[in-house]
Amino acid sequence: MSDIKLTAKDFVSDQEVRWCPGCGDYAILKAVQRTLADVEAKTENTVFVSGIGCAARFPYYMKTYGFHGIHGRAPSIATGIKLANPDLDVWVVSGDGDALSIGGNHFVHLVRRNVDVQFLLFNNEIYGLTKGQFSPTSRVGTRSPSTPHGSIENPLSAALVALGAGAHFVARGVDNAQKQLVATLTRAHAFKGTSFVEIFQNCIVFNDGIFTEFTAKDKVAVKQVYVEHGKPLLFGKDHALGLRIKPGTLSLEIVTLGEQGISADDILVHDETDRALAALLADMNGDKLPIAIGVLYCKPGHIFEVEIRKLVQRESSGTTSNLNDVLRAGHTWTVADT
Amino acid sequence: MPETPLNAQIKSPSRQTLESAVVRFSGDSGDGMQITGGQFMLATAVAQNNLSTFPDYPSEIRAPIGTTFGVSAFQINFGSRVIKTAGDNFDVLVAMNPAALKVELAGLKIGGIILLDVGSFQERNIHRANYEIDPRTDGSLDAYRVIELDISKLTLDAVASLGLSKEKGLSKKEALRCKNFWALGFVYWMFDRLRTPTVDWLKTKFAKRPQIAAANIAALNAGHALAETMEISDGLSSFSVAKAPNIEPGLYRTITGAEAMAWGLAVGAKLADLRLVFCSYPITPASPVLHALSHMVEHDIVTFQAEDEIAAVCAAIGASYAGSLGVTSSSGPGIALKGEALGLAVSTEQPLVVINTQRAGPSTGLPTKTEQSDLLQALYGRNGEAPIVVIAARSPGDCFNVAIEASKIATKYMTPVMVLSDGYIGNASEPWLIPDIDQLEKFPINLHKEGEYFDSTVRDEVTLARPWAIPGTPNLEHHIGGLEKSYETGEISSDPQNHQKMTDLRAAKIDGVVRDIPDQHVESGADSGKLVIVGWGSTYGPISRAVNNLQEAGVDVSHVHVRHIWPLPQNLGDLLAGFDHILVPEMNCGQFVKVLRDQYLLDAKGLNKMTGQPFKIVELEDAIRAHLEAAK
Repeated sequence: MSDIKLTAKDFVSDQEVRWCPGCGDYAILKAVQRTLADVEAKTENTVFVSGIGCAARFPYYMKTYGFHGIHGRAPSIATGIKLANPDLDVWVVSGDGDALSIGGNHFVHLVRRNVDVQFLLFNNEIYGLTKGQFSPTSRVGTRSPSTPHGSIENPLSAALVALGAGAHFVARGVDNAQKQLVATLTRAHAFKGTSFVEIFQNCIVFNDGIFTEFTAKDKVAVKQVYVEHGKPLLFGKDHALGLRIKPGTLSLEIVTLGEQGISADDILVHDETDRALAALLADMNGDKLPIAIGVLYCKPGHIFEVEIRKLVQRESSGTTSNLNDVLRAGHTWTVADT
Repeated sequence: MPETPLNAQIKSPSRQTLESAVVRFSGDSGDGMQITGGQFMLATAVAQNNLSTFPDYPSEIRAPIGTTFGVSAFQINFGSRVIKTAGDNFDVLVAMNPAALKVELAGLKIGGIILLDVGSFQERNIHRANYEIDPRTDGSLDAYRVIELDISKLTLDAVASLGLSKEKGLSKKEALRCKNFWALGFVYWMFDRLRTPTVDWLKTKFAKRPQIAAANIAALNAGHALAETMEISDGLSSFSVAKAPNIEPGLYRTITGAEAMAWGLAVGAKLADLRLVFCSYPITPASPVLHALSHMVEHDIVTFQAEDEIAAVCAAIGASYAGSLGVTSSSGPGIALKGEALGLAVSTEQPLVVINTQRAGPSTGLPTKTEQSDLLQALYGRNGEAPIVVIAARSPGDCFNVAIEASKIATKYMTPVMVLSDGYIGNASEPWLIPDIDQLEKFPINLHKEGEYFDSTVRDEVTLARPWAIPGTPNLEHHIGGLEKSYETGEISSDPQNHQKMTDLRAAKIDGVVRDIPDQHVESGADSGKLVIVGWGSTYGPISRAVNNLQEAGVDVSHVHVRHIWPLPQNLGDLLAGFDHILVPEMNCGQFVKVLRDQYLLDAKGLNKMTGQPFKIVELEDAIRAHLEAAK
């Protein structure tokens, strides 16, 4: 059966999808199924692992192996799977509460170890399945059942947390930008190590429109910059705007081509292996500077489970495993039959 | 000074023959008492005595020098008869400083021998040990035989004879640190132990710093030589303890509970033909299991030090899901954190072995002290109805067997199995008849490779286990998770009748493990009668000795020791019903006795101790006599 090229439909399970009508998750599900077909993934070698939350229902809708775990712990389950069988193609699907609140510890350590999985974070800045409480990515002032007077806490930036934890691959996508999302997921799949992809996902029931300031049709061009390695950081209508390092500072600024002597040569060229640049891009929040979408950072490093396999092979090469020898190592003595 | 060859035992005519003896080495945390005791154990094993040890150390790594809370001790009971515990009170106390004397004196038998390093009895140290006045001057030691020696100075003198200096690789501080080996040499003479194994150990241990080995050997020999001199000139007592008869012939080593557990898991995985993936987070007193397995990478054993307890158990679950034997290990506080994930393993029916090396609680409690207070947590400490199998190890060597049995049950029934050990048997060591693992019964796993992944007919009719189909297997792609699953299809189901059915199924599956559990036997004594003492876990040693002693004194008492805590052996209720009285000693407030009363409606009584210390034999004897007296 491996000779037959699978289509996106071959990754659709027989389980009825139970997300709210109009949820951004539908588009992401479609993008992932499309990506798997494009990269010629095998259903039997693919495992989707999740924690708890709306996003965590994802594995049920995939015609692959799927493990729906407990809240926040999907990275740990995925790590165990890779320790047992490094050849499996593992995707972790998580949300902002699951990955950054209850599972924050595991998320940070998965990324630090660089376990070879794709980590998809569906960020909708709200708790959906528990009916609308504010989340660790909610903006200050978010009114929710648990913050009727508006939330007080500062939100965290998922991409900056990932970079801080030593991520080797950090990317962003938007639920309604199907083509870009498939391209980004394809890159994530090809990368060896933890590929972290934050996907801005609209929660139609509890946080509808929270991202429209940069996802609405008329805002995409001016409020998003789609970054590509080796290409200038241009955006805006007809790519008339660009980003450059503001002279005399360590921060980015928007410039207009053709104004005040700015030419194409002045625009910063994206280097996805530059961690400092990735941090500057990740920090742009759509307020003064546009939101960066695409692969912000990509620089391979050593992979946890691969290094463990190497260690086992190095230590066991040329020897036959005999546990009887272990039991007999060190000081022993014989009691004779009397 | 007379010098005896290293490998010679001098049969001094004045040696007093003992059936058994208890020696306790005690000093500051930095005095090397655990190493000293470990070497004495080795020499005693070589002398073919039976033995049992009890390392008793503080949770502080290096408490302030000279304080009572920094005292670290190692106790060994050895003899020509069967030894079942590390001994109640000791015959010989080696006290390296005033604090050690202060802490330990109460445990020394009246008339016992104290070897005292008076080189450490400066006024400052005496006060640090909370003595108002020097205990050597106030008559408080009158009831004992005290050998006062300036071991510190004697050690420095002995090492000085080697002509080493700081420039030649040995500082004065390092020379002084050899004083534990000086004391060991002295005690070796007293008990007629060979120095050769210790000398060999020192040479190996310090192969890269031979001057350190030489200094310690010089101290060892000097202590030995002075004792020999003192026997002649000062009438120092010396003893001989004969070889233990009736020891099963074969190859032996000493083993701690933690080592036995680690090796049992490694062997269990091998017998199942699975890779062992051991996931753990550092915690006292469970970490030695992680350390032991981390040294076995060449046997395809993967150890994973996770970021926390929850990650450790979840990684083990992930490993089992993907076709390895996932194991996690911790102590009580860590097991509490793993609770939710254990429920996940129950719901998804993963084979999983969970080791709980119990310690004194609640909360952080007494990390280095022992207790049996996690039994109810093991049985019931999860949300929802989440039954698992629970097995308890009774001794250091028994951890090996229990770990293998847990691996077998976990993989056969697709269930978590919790193994209860504790700080006492985890750290204690005993001689161990090394098994030949090629002779052990294999239990290779048959992974589900073809057919349907799930319909109700795929479940094993006898064990009720679900099929183990692992990712990577074509055509068996399926979903699994913590949501309730349909009995028919394995997919999510919130049908009320289905939840009842699945709840019943999970309980029936664990109850059914009883068919792989041997009937409960009586350890010693009659199968019915006046009184039965029911124990589990590490109380095996003291209970069996106490019961034997009482039986020899004509008391009608039997001993039953339960290994399978859940499910309980099929015949246990009927067996216990054959006794007029049931007494259950436990190092908790009465957890197993609660289970027995609940399961069998029997009037079992508890005998409970919560001091962080194992039961003493005499405590049990007294309690059993009192119980019988009250029952008259």
